[in-house]
Amino acid sequence: MSTDNETIENFTKQEYKWGFYSDIDSDTVPPGLNEDVIRFISAKKEEPEWLLEWRLKAFRKWQEMEEPSWAFVKYPAVDYQDISYYSAPKKKPELQSLDQVDPELLKTYEKLGIPLVEQKRLAGVAVDAVFDSVSVITTYKEQLEEHGIIFCSFSEAVKNHPELVRKYLGSVVPYTDNFFATLNSAVFTDGSFVYIPPGVRCPLELSTYFRINAQNTGQFERTLIIADKGSYVSYMEGCTAPMRDENQLHAAVVELIAHEDAEIKYSTIQNWYPGDKEGKGGIYNFVTKRGICDGANSKISWTQVETGSAVTWKYPSCILKGENSVGEFYSVAITNNMQQADTGTKMIHIGRNTKSTIVSKGISAGRGQNTYRGQVKVMKSAENARNFSQCDSMLMGDKCGAHTFPYIEIRNPSAKVEHEATTSKIGEDQIFYCNQRGLSTEDAVSMLVHGFCKEIFKELPMEFAVEARQLLAISLEDSVG
Amino acid sequence: MMLKISDLHVEIEGKKILKGLNLEIKPGETHAIMGPNGSGKSTLANILAGRDGYEVTKGEVIFEGKDLLDMDPEERAREGVFLAFQYPVELPGVMGSYFLRNAFNAVREHRGQEPMKPREFNQLIKEKAELLQLNEELIKRSVNEGFSGGEKKRNEIFQMAILDPKLCVLDETDSGLDIDALQIVSNGVNTLKKEDPRKSFIVVTHYQRLLNYIVPDFVHVLVDGKIVKSGDKDLALHLEEQGYSWVNDNLSA
Repeated sequence: MSTDNETIENFTKQEYKWGFYSDIDSDTVPPGLNEDVIRFISAKKEEPEWLLEWRLKAFRKWQEMEEPSWAFVKYPAVDYQDISYYSAPKKKPELQSLDQVDPELLKTYEKLGIPLVEQKRLAGVAVDAVFDSVSVITTYKEQLEEHGIIFCSFSEAVKNHPELVRKYLGSVVPYTDNFFATLNSAVFTDGSFVYIPPGVRCPLELSTYFRINAQNTGQFERTLIIADKGSYVSYMEGCTAPMRDENQLHAAVVELIAHEDAEIKYSTIQNWYPGDKEGKGGIYNFVTKRGICDGANSKISWTQVETGSAVTWKYPSCILKGENSVGEFYSVAITNNMQQADTGTKMIHIGRNTKSTIVSKGISAGRGQNTYRGQVKVMKSAENARNFSQCDSMLMGDKCGAHTFPYIEIRNPSAKVEHEATTSKIGEDQIFYCNQRGLSTEDAVSMLVHGFCKEIFKELPMEFAVEARQLLAISLEDSVG
Repeated sequence: MMLKISDLHVEIEGKKILKGLNLEIKPGETHAIMGPNGSGKSTLANILAGRDGYEVTKGEVIFEGKDLLDMDPEERAREGVFLAFQYPVELPGVMGSYFLRNAFNAVREHRGQEPMKPREFNQLIKEKAELLQLNEELIKRSVNEGFSGGEKKRNEIFQMAILDPKLCVLDETDSGLDIDALQIVSNGVNTLKKEDPRKSFIVVTHYQRLLNYIVPDFVHVLVDGKIVKSGDKDLALHLEEQGYSWVNDNLSA
């Protein structure tokens, strides 16, 4: 009879199902980073002068910066000169319809189960697909335009709505913010742009799928979402990459701006290639995500399911500036095999009566290391601020680790801040109990893990919740039943 | 014969717990296993269910003509062995009805039947709840989470009713129950017995009390890993009056 640990070990040997590579003719710049590369990217994208200047300022700043080392993760030094900073599928300029998209590319997205085709319209999701460095297609644009909603690739936004981009770019995450955000500011290639006009409730779920395909390239996308007064948008982001032996860098920046009475719901399913069982290969996911609740009664809600990447460094945060504004962070992070994750959030309370909620669920299996790092900061001006934080960790097997680093900084005595933390282990007793009712160990673990994450899954849009459940099962189960 | 245990020897971490246990159970029979603490009663229940950590050094257990000890715990469950736990564990966040429907369908699949549709299953739940006079609200909560001792035991009986096993092993089901809860639980068991006269029960208990409600066909006294005395329900009454030392004294006499 096998011991419980062996059972769990067997079970946490996972296969990555999205690891294929698509043979697509692409334009890739040789590895290396200097001002010429930045000028090349900017020129390739036909950018205005101010944007090039902004990039160059960021690059100069970046050269003076040091890579942060405070996170609870270990990885060999990244050689930033060994990365290619631009790769794009060769395509005809100006795609008018899906017929003009490289069929190989469409096949790729089909394999990933992403609805790009018009028939999938009923799915009710508008998709922007980013392949390596560029956005290849955005669906349902016209329908959204009827509501005055702008949903397009970042490059298009720079061309067609420069005033909006110029006003908001870097307003939440300045180009000086941190090593990875600054690098992104210098070299970002594409991403998604969303603007919801005042009083509009976006009728579709907006979604971007990121795919890294080319070898030795980094992906540096930039997402900017602006919800004007009294508007609402739900945005989803998903990502995958081929299996490769070397590590690849993904350093994205996401900025959210919620004006008065506006609400942004941002959901992520992060499924970058995690590397093999021995920790070879996989994506370094160093991402800066931040939103500002700028106006009164605004709300920003981050929900993330993090199952991929070799190393994750990510803290989706909220600046609660408007009175009565609300920030939420719901997270499930899984580390299996050799994966490491240092993730959490920052809630900065500035306005009066601001409220934040943090619910973080970390699952560690194999030799994975899972860290929650969160900051709750209540400024002097934030009269009557409230925060509730809950951090639960679940351990599977005895070779993994869970760590919690909460930072709480209160400068206003009227603040009420609560923090709860638990650590549990999927017990032999629980599995045996399920077995005794006829359930396989695999089903038992899956049920227990889902039970653990339930609070988070219910925050996800429906289309995503199903995907998240499946992903979780695949991340933790052995392919053998 | 439904169950045949022959010369069973079991150790836990090198310590001998069962030392040559023999027991035969026919369909429809109820056997009570009584004995002092540490006599090996719970070990017997656990070994039948297949819990890890026990080593069988000698003997065999045949269930319905098959080698029970050769099966994984889930296979035994699907074959029809049910253990009502002494301490049912909590499964936080796992909804009772979801859990039970999956278990139920795992059993059906094993029997070569199609999985039951949720609506039909809900109907089944309703029927059984009514039959057993149990509150079906119990299974709309996370399995055993925050349940009182009585609720946990009732939930075990509910699961037993749904999964419809052939052999039910009740491990100290009376422990921690007040008299009302004890009655509800034993009424449930008796109803199931009546409903399916071929169901067999092994009732493991320290006290005679439970046997006033679930009346056994046979009572076995387990002392130091062996059945030292067997009899009918009156044996339990003797034990209650005289204590376990009476058996020991009789043995040495």
